[in-house]
Amino acid sequence: MANVTLTIDGQKVTVPAGTTVLDAARSAGIFIPTLCHDPAIPGFGACRLCIVEIPGMRNLPASCVTTVAEGMVVHTASEAVIEARRTIIDLLLANHPQDCLTCEKNGDCRLQDYAFMYGVRQTSFHGERKNHPLDDSNPYIIRDQNKCILCGKCVRTCQAVPGRSVIDFGYRGFNTRVVTAMDVPLGESDCVYCARCVAVCPVGALTYKPMAGKGRTWEMQKKSVTCTFCESGCTFELNIRDGKVIGITAKEPGPGRPLCLKGRLGLELLYVEKPMTPMLKKDGQFVPVSWAEALGLEGLVDRMKEVEGQP
Amino acid sequence: MSCQCECQDEVARKEALEKVFEQYRGTKGALIPLLQEAQEIYGYLPGEVMQRIAAELKVPFSKVFGVATFYAQFHLKPRGRNIIRVCQGTACHVRGAARVFESVSEKLGVGRNETTADLRYTLETVACLGACGLAPVMMVNDDTHGRLTPERAAEVLEQYE
Amino acid sequence: MKSLMDKCCEKCFHSPASPCKDYIKCRQQGPLCHEDDNCRAKYKAFLEDIHLPADSSKRQILICAGTGCTSSGSRKLVDALVEELKKQGLQDKVAVKITGCHGFCEQGPLMIVEPQKIFYTRVQVEDIPEIVAGHLVGGQVVERLLYVDPATGEKSLTYETVPFYAKQKRLVLANCGHINPEEIADYVANDGYLALTKALFEMTPEQVIEEVKISGLRGRGGAGFPTGMKWSFVRAAEGDKKYVVCNADEGDPGAFMDRSVLEGDPHAVLEGMLICGYAVGADEGYIYVRAEYPLAIHRLKVAIAQAEECGLLGDNILNSGFNFRIKIKAGAGAFVCGEETALLTSIEGNRGMPRPRPPFPAQKGLWGKPTNINNVETFANVLLIIRNGGAWYAAMGTEKSKGTKIFALTGKVNNTGLVEVPMGITMREIIFGVGGGIRDGKKFKAVQIGGPSGGCLPEEQLDLPIDYESLTSAGAIMGSGGLVVMDETTCMVDVARFFLNFTQAESCGKCTPCREGTKRMLEILTRICEGQGKEEDIETLERLARVVKSTALCGLGQTCPNPILSTLRYFRDEYEAHIRDKRCPARVCQALLVYTINAEKCTGCGSCARACPAGAISGEKKQPHVIDISRCIKCGNCMQKCKFGAVEKA
Repeated sequence: MANVTLTIDGQKVTVPAGTTVLDAARSAGIFIPTLCHDPAIPGFGACRLCIVEIPGMRNLPASCVTTVAEGMVVHTASEAVIEARRTIIDLLLANHPQDCLTCEKNGDCRLQDYAFMYGVRQTSFHGERKNHPLDDSNPYIIRDQNKCILCGKCVRTCQAVPGRSVIDFGYRGFNTRVVTAMDVPLGESDCVYCARCVAVCPVGALTYKPMAGKGRTWEMQKKSVTCTFCESGCTFELNIRDGKVIGITAKEPGPGRPLCLKGRLGLELLYVEKPMTPMLKKDGQFVPVSWAEALGLEGLVDRMKEVEGQP
Repeated sequence: MSCQCECQDEVARKEALEKVFEQYRGTKGALIPLLQEAQEIYGYLPGEVMQRIAAELKVPFSKVFGVATFYAQFHLKPRGRNIIRVCQGTACHVRGAARVFESVSEKLGVGRNETTADLRYTLETVACLGACGLAPVMMVNDDTHGRLTPERAAEVLEQYE
Repeated sequence: MKSLMDKCCEKCFHSPASPCKDYIKCRQQGPLCHEDDNCRAKYKAFLEDIHLPADSSKRQILICAGTGCTSSGSRKLVDALVEELKKQGLQDKVAVKITGCHGFCEQGPLMIVEPQKIFYTRVQVEDIPEIVAGHLVGGQVVERLLYVDPATGEKSLTYETVPFYAKQKRLVLANCGHINPEEIADYVANDGYLALTKALFEMTPEQVIEEVKISGLRGRGGAGFPTGMKWSFVRAAEGDKKYVVCNADEGDPGAFMDRSVLEGDPHAVLEGMLICGYAVGADEGYIYVRAEYPLAIHRLKVAIAQAEECGLLGDNILNSGFNFRIKIKAGAGAFVCGEETALLTSIEGNRGMPRPRPPFPAQKGLWGKPTNINNVETFANVLLIIRNGGAWYAAMGTEKSKGTKIFALTGKVNNTGLVEVPMGITMREIIFGVGGGIRDGKKFKAVQIGGPSGGCLPEEQLDLPIDYESLTSAGAIMGSGGLVVMDETTCMVDVARFFLNFTQAESCGKCTPCREGTKRMLEILTRICEGQGKEEDIETLERLARVVKSTALCGLGQTCPNPILSTLRYFRDEYEAHIRDKRCPARVCQALLVYTINAEKCTGCGSCARACPAGAISGEKKQPHVIDISRCIKCGNCMQKCKFGAVEKA
């Protein structure tokens, strides 16, 4: 494909035609903040944080959905861009709890990073805020809708696996929120707790329940491991604190990498010093089960015992 | 008796829905028309009906729910035959609209934006009906009832079947 | 339906199975393929049955059956009239015809007696006997039902002399109110489908597009994109399947021109879409119409069925080899679906959330196929251009905005209704000419143009020639063409709040600036109106408005700050009065009003005290009363009740 040369912040950048301004800037090492952009499922264009100034274009276009053109001039940090980004962060904070001190995501939160980067100390608006109960209805994922910034990454990643689509956007306007069918808690939905959504959530709206209270993000070292339970070869991360593995989290899901609960639990059993008790839903209730059952190995384990002659 | 009658109604509704499904089979973008037709049949969109639409169209149930909650036309709860709107304007407030609301709510056994089990009434509130001179006021369907007392408000409802 | 599919004689080979390609023209100018006086007479009779000649002994009564007149009782009028005519034995001499909207709904139900075009307003069932006995039998016009100009007090005898109509240039609306919209023959008798015949048999698709380009027609849905250019993009786009979509999701409160055209002249929209389909190479069309317009949907269904029956929709239209079908999609109650990408997503069966552009619908539209979207009024303009030529059309209007535009004139103006005028006319001519000036002799303050995304223009902008560019630079937009006239008793902060309240509720919630920003702007405006405004509020509002306008994903978000920005631009002092002096100069914002009783006017009748819900008024019988400001809830009851004008607000 033909190449296109454009100027970003005074720097000449050459990229293949059809590239987005965002990717072009990033390829040249120029930073543009994003919240809703997911390289695996691009083109959503909702958070508007990645807006840039392009002389000749009406308004400030979102760089994630604007394609480059020959000779295009892009300003990623002009006065108007900075004002807009600050205001958008300000608006998000106006509808977001300010409880960073106790938030599991503290230290690994995009909203926090950008607020720091653009110097938005606190919101300038004091009006209505979201007020949803905490969804703590299952043993794996904690959902705090009040922290949700509606970037939709969870919705899109859930829809990326055929047959899942457990969540979608519901309601409208200021009342928009991510919902399950009939807006039931996650524990009552068809969710299979693969936690792709947790892996992509940029804020603290979706977190791992088994990791809750076990440490701050900066105390954890991460180590990638590949799951060998099936041929998909999904990547997970060991979360290590003081030399001990305290939990398993999913790495960003890629195409053809479904991630699944069984795989995560298997790794939990393999690596974590004190693995959680596996829980499965039976008749609508989560109940503790044996590891063999959780991993779907009951028949095998029984047969192994039989063949090897152990009681 | 009434149970049997309702069951028959339910059978008729299911048949009607099935006919609609047939009519739209193979039509692109049928979700919204199906929701419209289903609401026409049921008066609102029960969860099971949305689930059946999802199955019929082979789309996720969460998507059907997302679409149904996006558009103002769709109701997810049954609405009563009579819609009661108790005014919450300032004048009504001062003259005891809260007590009027409580009295109606108590009589019907439902809260705000709820519908009685027999589908006779839906209880709603409204910011102001612009009939402050008659405060406290409530509207039932298109009739405005003013100068209410908690007792009279409850009485007024009797005339609406 | 009067059949259009009959042969005129044995020589005619026209039939429903194989329609003659020239039959439309033949009905209007025929017979074309042979000489026959009998046939000529038949054709003449067909036309005269619909257009009564001025000297006709027959009479025809047109009764408006648009949404406005229907809700004021015009259906009952039709029944009563038919009944009364039968009673008087006139049923064969007087035809009763329903029509679409005249755009003068406030005066409805409307009735026109043809061929003289006597124009009756606010006709009630009780008036029918007098109309039949007095006018139809006795030849005496019923004076009291004639239109009286509120500005001059003069009566108008005929439709054409009513000042409201006389000053308009009704081209797109020409058929509305004058033909039966449920009768395709009426449309054909008024040169209907002539443009389609011309396009199909005398022009190539490229020539059609060229003609539309020459006309200078721009999209009437709001943004004003050149229609011919849009069509050429769709024609050039690669794809075996293309769509034509008509945006009939008219959602601006107060705007009803699209509804009027759909109800009054549905075939014009079908014909425009057909021509477009031919030009861009599409074989399927959708009309996305609000579910709140049941009558428009009904008329469209009737029109589509009739057009199909007459070989004007379907396969091999008029033996030309061109196929085109039109389907109706009813909206489900979401204003944002008027935005083109949201509309497409909604047709596909999704939440009506806009998509980023590019790709534009011309490249990737409905189900990923190249799609041409125009609104109702745009399509209704197309056939005029093809029929009369692009140059004819381009002769009207300004340099960059051609043709006519329909405005919905409402508010504090004497004549309210649909107004079709040439582009380039001034606001003053519309409001004071067609509209007959401000109601009750009050002073003009502002006109809000372009619906909830539009702006408010003050008196000094009244002589601005209206076109797309001039309105945008003045801080408003053409939008769909809503015009709300405001007088000195309108509070501009309250107006901004009103529109924001609307757009906030209709935000789809996808992008951050619109979802969160409209909410905060509305909260600030509400606070100012309630007397809780803070000094920094204006600055915050300006910043929010600027950011939402420049960063929102779709047109709804990008334009929703316009009411704030334009009122801040022209009426900043009103904001300051609310915030600094806690005063509403127009005396609208309840929380900022102080009610007092003028002791000199008060007779002490006590009716105010009885009306007061808060018990804030006291006084001895027959002595001046007083209002206890601390208890007053500012409901205004006392003022309404006082017969002596003693209660004053400041």
